[in-house]
Amino acid sequence: MINSSLKQLSGQLAAKKISSVELTQFYLDRINKLNPELNAYITLNAETSLGQARAADARLAQGKGEALTGIPFAQKDIFCAKGWRTTCGSKMLETFVSPYDAHVISQFNNAGAVNLGKTNMDEFAMGSSNETSYFGKVKNPWNLKAVPGGSSGGTAAAVAARLCAAATGTDTGGSIRQPAALCGISGLKPTYGVVSRYGMIAFASSLDQAGPMARSAEDLALMLNVMAGFDERDSTSLQRDKEDYSRSLEQPLQGLRIGLPREFFGEGLSADVGKAVAAAIDEYKKLGATIVDISLPNSRLSIPVYYVLAPAEASSNLSRFDGVRYGHRAAEYGDLAQMYEKSRSEGFGEEVKRRIMIGTYVLSHGYYDAYYLKAQKIRRLIAQDFVEAYKHCDVIMGPTSPTTAFNLGEKGDDPVQMYLSDIYTIAVNLAGLPGMSIPCGFGANGMPVGLQIVGNYFDEARMLNVAHQYQLATDHHVRAPQGI
Amino acid sequence: MSLTTDDVKKVASLARLAMTDAEIQAAHAQMSSIFGLIEEMQAVNTDGIEPMAHAQDLAQRLREDVVSETSQRELFQSVAPQVERGLYLVPQVIE
Repeated sequence: MINSSLKQLSGQLAAKKISSVELTQFYLDRINKLNPELNAYITLNAETSLGQARAADARLAQGKGEALTGIPFAQKDIFCAKGWRTTCGSKMLETFVSPYDAHVISQFNNAGAVNLGKTNMDEFAMGSSNETSYFGKVKNPWNLKAVPGGSSGGTAAAVAARLCAAATGTDTGGSIRQPAALCGISGLKPTYGVVSRYGMIAFASSLDQAGPMARSAEDLALMLNVMAGFDERDSTSLQRDKEDYSRSLEQPLQGLRIGLPREFFGEGLSADVGKAVAAAIDEYKKLGATIVDISLPNSRLSIPVYYVLAPAEASSNLSRFDGVRYGHRAAEYGDLAQMYEKSRSEGFGEEVKRRIMIGTYVLSHGYYDAYYLKAQKIRRLIAQDFVEAYKHCDVIMGPTSPTTAFNLGEKGDDPVQMYLSDIYTIAVNLAGLPGMSIPCGFGANGMPVGLQIVGNYFDEARMLNVAHQYQLATDHHVRAPQGI
Repeated sequence: MSLTTDDVKKVASLARLAMTDAEIQAAHAQMSSIFGLIEEMQAVNTDGIEPMAHAQDLAQRLREDVVSETSQRELFQSVAPQVERGLYLVPQVIE
């Protein structure tokens, strides 16, 4: 059962071979057994989950079930869920019980899905290893000494360890794709604006985008069908016709043009990752694709640009945490300024403070043009590179991450080294394009390698088709960590 | 550009973060190394390039000026650190 696809689970639920209550209890038992070691979940609420499961069973009995009705999913703890503690991985929100649902949560609720629990993450989604969470590190199910990636590391570990049928993530600079790669699962960051950000705790608003994380492209498509759609409560939500993201999964890939950016295969890419990605490209050639050499000359600037823009937006977004309306307030303080300063200093962790400081600096008087405006101009150059590239190819492929999962603590003291692990993913967020990662083999240390697939704007169905055809021909995505 | 510890202190104060001298020192070292990375941008010629604030060219949506939300004051204030008679309490600001 733990290896069943969402479609298979849905079929079993509809045929009454299993009930949602049984399925939910089954996952809760697995979580109780395996989570103390992995730390993939921050908050569980078995009674609430089982209540949703009972409601789903009643709905299924009436024959009103939809594709995800009765299936247990985990939700990244960045999504506000009514009645659930919602921490964003921070002490600042340690006791915050959300009074409302994020759009993504209501979409899953309306579909009759079960919320199994809230998954661990880097604090306020700032990190690439899940080591910045106030609620402790998450371990990679493939090797308990290794990081699961971040910031959606709890979700990636939970999906890889079969502690849920599938789960949600968010991606600001690679936070869905990099942990998906490091934990050997599939993950998709949609085109900016496809999934509503309402109720998703903001990090960098012009880059943040929610997406599904699962064991296969087929599962991702079913989840995206539920998650995507216009929502007037998000000012950047796009008004587009509803689409079925699974409509073209079965199309053959004959004639597909795959662009390989030179810049993604150079210095900094570890040999074992390069080898696994090259083998995946060979597989695509067998499936009928042709390879096009392309260049994204400005992509090397994506890290400096990102580390101006994302902290700038974060410093503004996180100013709402002032100890007045919600969140941590210091126990002792004198005047109002001291209350703000003490509450924020106690509530935020080191990485979050660091990014707030960088953001505050680059937006401060006298530096705005040199940093913020300059970064926004280079952002356009980076986006234009992709526009040029898509004149010659249908999808772009490369490694998701330059290495397989590194060890816990390995990059702890050097933020710049940590930032470099997102070198291949950040440009996609800056351009607002859809990107995904699928498992494509294993590195020298036996850890999973991710293949990144980047599509043109709104080309999610095409990308899912490209990923699904590969998964029909290979078995990397069905491998499970030992002991799972 | 080189960042001084005084700059770091000023930024901490603007960001409403209380920091000890040791924390300022540590932040100074790490921010300097991050700005080393960021400085790479300055070598790029961006003359005539329009800044890109957003991935999609969007115009702000407008709507009729009608009430769309119901009052949920009690629910929303239930998560506040300190409230009294429907008001958020903070230290006295005006004598």
